[in-house]
Amino acid sequence: MTAFLIRRLMQSIVVVFIMSIVVFFGVNVVGDPIDMLISPDATQAEIEATIRSFGLDRPVWEQYWHFLLGALNGNLGKSFIFGTPALPLILQRMPATMELAISALVLAVFVGIPLGLYSGLKPNAISSRTIMAGSILGFSLPTFWVGLMLIMIFAVMLGWLPSTGRGPTAEFLGIRSSLFTLEGLQHVFLPALNLALLKISLVIRLTRAGTREAMHQDYIKFARAKGLSPRRIIGLHLLKNIMIPVVTVLGLEFGSLIAFSVVTESIFAWPGMGKLLIDSIQQLDRPVIVAYLIIIVLFFVLINLLVDILYSILDPRVRLGGEQS
Amino acid sequence: MSAQAENSVGTASSGAETSHHAPALEVDSLKTHFFTKAGIVKAVDGVSFSVAPGEILGLVGESGSGKSITGFSLMGLIDPPGRVVEGQMIFAGRDLAQLNDVEMRKIRGNRIAMIFQDPMMTLNPVLRVDTQMVEAVLAHQNVSRKTALEMARDALAQVGIPAPERRLTNYPHELSGGMRQRVAIAIAFINKPDLIIADEPTTALDVTIQAQILFEAQELCRKTRTAMIWITHDLAVVAALADRIAVMYAGRIVEMGGADDVIDRPAHPYTEGLIGSVPGHSQHGARLTQIPGMTPSLLNLPGGCAFRTRCKHADQACLAEPEATAHMTEATVSAPARMVRCFHPLGGGANVA
Amino acid sequence: MTSTLSDDVSDVQKLDGTVGDAAPAAAADSPFRRFVFEFVESPVATAALVVLALIIVLAAIAPLITPQNPYDLGQVDVLDSRLPPGEVSMSTGMTFWLGTDGAGRDLLSAILYGLRISLAVGVASGFLAMAIGSAIGLIAAYAGGRVETLIMRLVDLQLSFPAILIALMLVAVLGKGVDKIIIALVAVQWAYYARTVRGSALVERQKEYVEAARCLGLSHGRIVFRHILPNCLPPLIVVVTVQTAHAIALEATLSFLGVGLPQTEPSLGLLIANGFNYMLSGKYWISTFPGIALLLTIMSINLVGDQLRDILNPRLQR
Repeated sequence: MTAFLIRRLMQSIVVVFIMSIVVFFGVNVVGDPIDMLISPDATQAEIEATIRSFGLDRPVWEQYWHFLLGALNGNLGKSFIFGTPALPLILQRMPATMELAISALVLAVFVGIPLGLYSGLKPNAISSRTIMAGSILGFSLPTFWVGLMLIMIFAVMLGWLPSTGRGPTAEFLGIRSSLFTLEGLQHVFLPALNLALLKISLVIRLTRAGTREAMHQDYIKFARAKGLSPRRIIGLHLLKNIMIPVVTVLGLEFGSLIAFSVVTESIFAWPGMGKLLIDSIQQLDRPVIVAYLIIIVLFFVLINLLVDILYSILDPRVRLGGEQS
Repeated sequence: MSAQAENSVGTASSGAETSHHAPALEVDSLKTHFFTKAGIVKAVDGVSFSVAPGEILGLVGESGSGKSITGFSLMGLIDPPGRVVEGQMIFAGRDLAQLNDVEMRKIRGNRIAMIFQDPMMTLNPVLRVDTQMVEAVLAHQNVSRKTALEMARDALAQVGIPAPERRLTNYPHELSGGMRQRVAIAIAFINKPDLIIADEPTTALDVTIQAQILFEAQELCRKTRTAMIWITHDLAVVAALADRIAVMYAGRIVEMGGADDVIDRPAHPYTEGLIGSVPGHSQHGARLTQIPGMTPSLLNLPGGCAFRTRCKHADQACLAEPEATAHMTEATVSAPARMVRCFHPLGGGANVA
Repeated sequence: MTSTLSDDVSDVQKLDGTVGDAAPAAAADSPFRRFVFEFVESPVATAALVVLALIIVLAAIAPLITPQNPYDLGQVDVLDSRLPPGEVSMSTGMTFWLGTDGAGRDLLSAILYGLRISLAVGVASGFLAMAIGSAIGLIAAYAGGRVETLIMRLVDLQLSFPAILIALMLVAVLGKGVDKIIIALVAVQWAYYARTVRGSALVERQKEYVEAARCLGLSHGRIVFRHILPNCLPPLIVVVTVQTAHAIALEATLSFLGVGLPQTEPSLGLLIANGFNYMLSGKYWISTFPGIALLLTIMSINLVGDQLRDILNPRLQR
């Protein structure tokens, strides 16, 4: 098991390294931020001074090398726009994005799994066909448009929930989060719902497919032959089996949630990493873009690793390697 | 011919006993049909038999003969589009066909238990052995978890598993095939049922393990006076194990009688074909006899005798009668009764005399 | 449980009976007809197909049927801006069935034009990705060995990152423009095709008819194109529909965020973005209607794709 872990860790490090090269060169090869930073009537000397201070006069390789060194020290460059180091800029906004992503995940699990289970057990009931139709709807709805509609309906027309921004934060167990205040919850609900919509559809379909397949397996028939109650059969035998693929997919989708928050944060003016990224792209703030992408890559790799571990915990066949007696 | 008469044929006693105990199970004209888009599949089409306590009935047939469906019908595990359309299954004074699901659940795993073919797939791979055994107990008996665990351990010991405490904490994939099937057998016996239905339980196992398990199963049944229906396609298995044999073809029983009788003096051409095709029976170097053709689709059975399209003795008579009549004899003191569905039974009916 | 029809021809002949024991022979349909019949079993999918066809036709002939060309500045009057649906233009007297946007453009026309672009970009990138991805997948499956491993590692790496991130990255690098967006969309999608095709091709490669073809000395190219490829088509068809829907959605999202198609080629995403600012003041139609058009397109593609998947899936009991 540990050998497996170490191997995965090494692989992850290699991936991060390669991605950092790709990201850095990709972003730095194109676009000219000089034009962004300096007014058109700056003198040549001022231009050169700025170039030097940002290290843009060095060859790209050297820039990367400095970048790498800096990165290992925790310094991922300085933002062109803000002038402050890029990494803290991003980290500052990470809690907000995390809140959003976690709320969305929670919604996806607690709404998606029961619905999917139900529709898998009674595939031909009208209610379950409705759920399936709904899930296709959730799939097809463009996230950003739904966000707009949500704001329009719930904030503008009905006035039930605030339309933009993040609520006040409170502290609990050493973590500051807006999820701990009522107002914070009100603010996070719509964006989390928006973000979760696609995932809920995915979870419903996954759970339903898993349920339908599992119901025909022999061990379910055997459980029935033992005279067990349907509640136990579904709640334990079935659920434990379909959890494995569902959890795996959900774990991987968490990363995609963080990525997609880019859209939701823009619409709801949620002060997270995603909004920062969009602004940076539009303003060609390269260091921030690079730093963001690196962090995301790290995230992904970490999540992949965690999911692998989780999978081996959940599925005893993987964990124990099947010793024969 | 009346099913009642057919049934009384089955009320034979096992082994040396000649008493006429009430049968543990009495099946009368069971019909289980599947209503599919392509048509009605008559998987079980008029089956009658009975099993006495402590007796082992071997239900033999090829795939598609309806033998497994018979087992599932008894357990009430026929799912749509299938349904038991006709017939009675009298068990402990009640007709299983009339019971609703809640009542059947009380019987399943408790008074009637089932053993499946492939223990890798029938034991839930993500749950431990003790979980799966204890829940079988707790579903039907009001005992503490600790007691249930002890019962589980004892059951494992009873089926010949060494170091049962350790096995309890294992997962199914950690056990060998034979071991897993023993666990399944232990689960079947744990609530001391009156009837056990074993659906090809040794087909997936090594030949050597097969023999062991067959022997142990037989012993257990005798000891606990549990009736058993052993479903299989393998005549060799049944010859060694069963007291009586019922041969199924295309959803009906075509021959039934004492194991030795049926094997040594088969009355139905199909049975003869089955016996002839078992390697052990033929001479060294001689060709194995094969039954020509294939089992017919249960969607479209040939009219009359279902076997006539493959039978070398078939003639017009087999066409004309949609329902063949059964010749039968009464049970005698020395041998269980015989039954055969054929217009031209082998030996001119002398075998069933 | 049920066995196949028995081949008891000789015995039946011997018995010379006609008691209707032969099963009704399966109607000698061509596979295509059977396919069509199975497809229309679902009324929802059929309806979706009709809607989709309608959308495509309307978008294709948009310049011919729209009451106004919204990008011809001569036809647009800023005094007509932000009119709710059903209002009449003050200058030209035409009815704005869906209202007007901030610059006075008729929303109905703008939506149809926008559909054209969204569909064109989505479909173009989809087919390009399919061509490239399938080719790569076939190469991987056929070549085997280290080539295959390398390609599949690349595919896995790409697939483990969310599409939007890759697209954003590429757009940040490449800049704006229709061709650049298509490149980004292709880059995001090719991996799905590669994986699907490689999977099918692997299965096919092991089948006997490939061995037979090889023994006959057929060239590799011929084997791949005439034999393996046609059998990879079913899953490919399903992926095409799903991916095209994704591509359209992704392009709309990018345009909405302002990093997609430029203003000169306004797709539905841009239209929706334009309407964002007016929403808070209650002028809902500017964003809502383009969104509904987008939704209908994506949903009908998805529904059709779903039904296709159900039909073409051998594992599902029918």
